[in-house]
Amino acid sequence: MGAPAPDLHASQAELIRSAREGDKEAFYSLVHQCERAVYVAAIAILNNRADAEEVAQEAVLKAFANLAQFRGEAKFSTWLIQITINEARVRLRKDRRHLYESVDERQTDEEGEHVPKDFADWREVPSEALQREELRQALKQAIARLAPKYREVLILRDVQQLSTEETAQVLGISEGNVKARLLRARLQMRDALAPGIDGSWSTGKAEYQKVRPW
Amino acid sequence: MKVIEISCLEVWREISNYLDDEVAPELRVRMEAHFKACAHCTAVLDGTKNVVKLVGDGIEYEPPEGFGQRLYSKLKEKINR
Repeated sequence: MGAPAPDLHASQAELIRSAREGDKEAFYSLVHQCERAVYVAAIAILNNRADAEEVAQEAVLKAFANLAQFRGEAKFSTWLIQITINEARVRLRKDRRHLYESVDERQTDEEGEHVPKDFADWREVPSEALQREELRQALKQAIARLAPKYREVLILRDVQQLSTEETAQVLGISEGNVKARLLRARLQMRDALAPGIDGSWSTGKAEYQKVRPW
Repeated sequence: MKVIEISCLEVWREISNYLDDEVAPELRVRMEAHFKACAHCTAVLDGTKNVVKLVGDGIEYEPPEGFGQRLYSKLKEKINR
């Protein structure tokens, strides 16, 4: 039996009321509207599709179990995404695999300026001209190589299109921090996606230098 | 009115906010004057804009086939216990 068609006419408040009374169809309607966002939030933290699906399921079950605690002032999706991110972080702590990732993660937001590389011919390399698959791979690798705190913000802001405010809320950081991390993530991505000397895609090395130009 | 010049460093610091249309009007004017005069920063702007667009296509982040159905099944399973 497939998933039910979500009732888009019922308001969030009505659906929550029904869901609190144990109506799983109502609850699923709420979830269905943001299930992709849940998956993306899980991937943002875990960087792994299989784990992301499991964590998404756990988060949804946890949300159902804790529905009485949802105050209804915020959006349901924000609340659910927050639960997802927390579940993902718990999973990350339990999973020792991430300890072996070679990530140069600095403990504090570094004060060093990111000096963007100078690629004179970037503008002359339109994405349409590149092999689609090659580009996808380069993109995937570049994102996977970002330090976790930059990757999380990049995915939530630029893939999921959450607002700065919402991103700050679900990650538990300040808006200023979101903006600073997003800047660094975007600039690092640009550096990583540099066209090679011969104009074709190269993934480049993910060594982001801290440079003081003065 | 003379536009106060800003450095490349200042431009890079604000370039992400600029793309999101989140810089104050006076700063925006200064940055645009800077872009007109500076090929490197214009390249950085265009490159970053391209990156945001590529990432935003989000093809890597589509849930796998059947994700919604499996989610619903798990929910049903748990609630019916």
